[in-house]
Amino acid sequence: MKKQWPLWEIFIRGQHGMNHRHVGSLHAPDAEMAINHARDVYTRRKEGVSIWAVRSTDITASAPSEKGPLFDPAETKVYRHPTFFDIPDDVGHM
Amino acid sequence: MYAQMVTSEGKAPGEDLSPEEQAFQDRIDAGERIEPRDWMPEGYRKTLVRQIGQHAHSEIVGQLPEGNWITRAPTLERKAILIAKVQDEAGHGLYLYSAAETLGVSRDELLEKLHTGRMKYSSIFNYPTLNWADIGAVGWLVDGAAIMNQVPLQRTSYGPYARAMVRICKEESFHQRQGYSIMMKMAQGTAAQKAMAQDALDRFWYPSLMMFGPSDAESVHSAQNMAWKIKINTNDELRQKFVDQTVPQAEFLGLTVPDETLAWNDEKGGYDFAEPDWEEFFEVLRGNGPCNEERLGARVAAWEEGAWFRDGLSAYADKAEARRNAQVAAE
Ligand SMILES: [Fe+2]
Ligand SMILES: [Fe+2]
Repeated sequence: MKKQWPLWEIFIRGQHGMNHRHVGSLHAPDAEMAINHARDVYTRRKEGVSIWAVRSTDITASAPSEKGPLFDPAETKVYRHPTFFDIPDDVGHM
Repeated sequence: MYAQMVTSEGKAPGEDLSPEEQAFQDRIDAGERIEPRDWMPEGYRKTLVRQIGQHAHSEIVGQLPEGNWITRAPTLERKAILIAKVQDEAGHGLYLYSAAETLGVSRDELLEKLHTGRMKYSSIFNYPTLNWADIGAVGWLVDGAAIMNQVPLQRTSYGPYARAMVRICKEESFHQRQGYSIMMKMAQGTAAQKAMAQDALDRFWYPSLMMFGPSDAESVHSAQNMAWKIKINTNDELRQKFVDQTVPQAEFLGLTVPDETLAWNDEKGGYDFAEPDWEEFFEVLRGNGPCNEERLGARVAAWEEGAWFRDGLSAYADKAEARRNAQVAAE
């Protein structure tokens, strides 16, 4: 064993125009092979129509310790949801 | 199971948990998923590497007994189906190695441990596939037993492991059905074919029961792993479920489960059945099963003989990158 192939994160877009979704990772020597392997591993049952492969080292992730500062502020902002507002039935569909 | 007798690295029962460990356990008790960058006890990490690694090894070694019949499948359709099934198992290996890698080990490291005998794979794959009905029996019984264990593991506490299990479970039911479909064909065939089906069931019944491992109702390892939710059921629970599910399927085939003591027990709502020979099980784990050498030999050969190819692709990738960088520099 000389060198390990780098790790890639694989994103697939399904049939119906949804966003690409992370499905897993794999090892491949380069981007082209990463796509080939992703096709073989993650789309054998027509799971997708488009593949993104991203080097794992190129992904910046938020740290678990940042969970509070990043996501807690949203907790007090319930007015961002439409259900916060009471609209009388008489107004009709809105 | 695919990971058998996983020794736990947890604290001994009664030992106090540190505040961090307690908080961790509380998260698990609350049904939260643990993700790769979250704090976790070293014992949890190590035990998971062992379990997921062993599970991954089982997937890829498990390709070998079935691969044995690809060139001799009775029809082109059966051959295509078997190839697809074996290819799925390679994918299962990949999902699991990837999950293990999120715990800070590399896949090559795990393979090295497999190849040097420092990590195990499931005992079941050390049995030979002697006739075509064995391919049916493997899908029906071996994948069937694997499903028993993998379905609850979709709820395991470690996020990447649970997600790998979800993906795997989606594919397993095809594996079991294609196996049962082979068994149906054989069991409804000529007398000779039916005899082959019975022979396959006779040979695979007890090794399949062994897959769940010896009773661990009293095991401290098992208790710790269950507290961590990396093990969901006891071995006996899963074995019982497997027997209860499988016996009627054998009856439908008109085949006889090779156990004279097998009887329905109304009180417990399940079958009473004979334990497999645990001495044989431990012998197989020690490396003395019928095919241990052959299986490991095939894995090592595949790895070594593929080295020039892996290296070649790496060299090509390096060259292409150097060329790209030179081009950018020249512009
Ligand atoms: Fe599998
Ligand atoms: Fe399978």
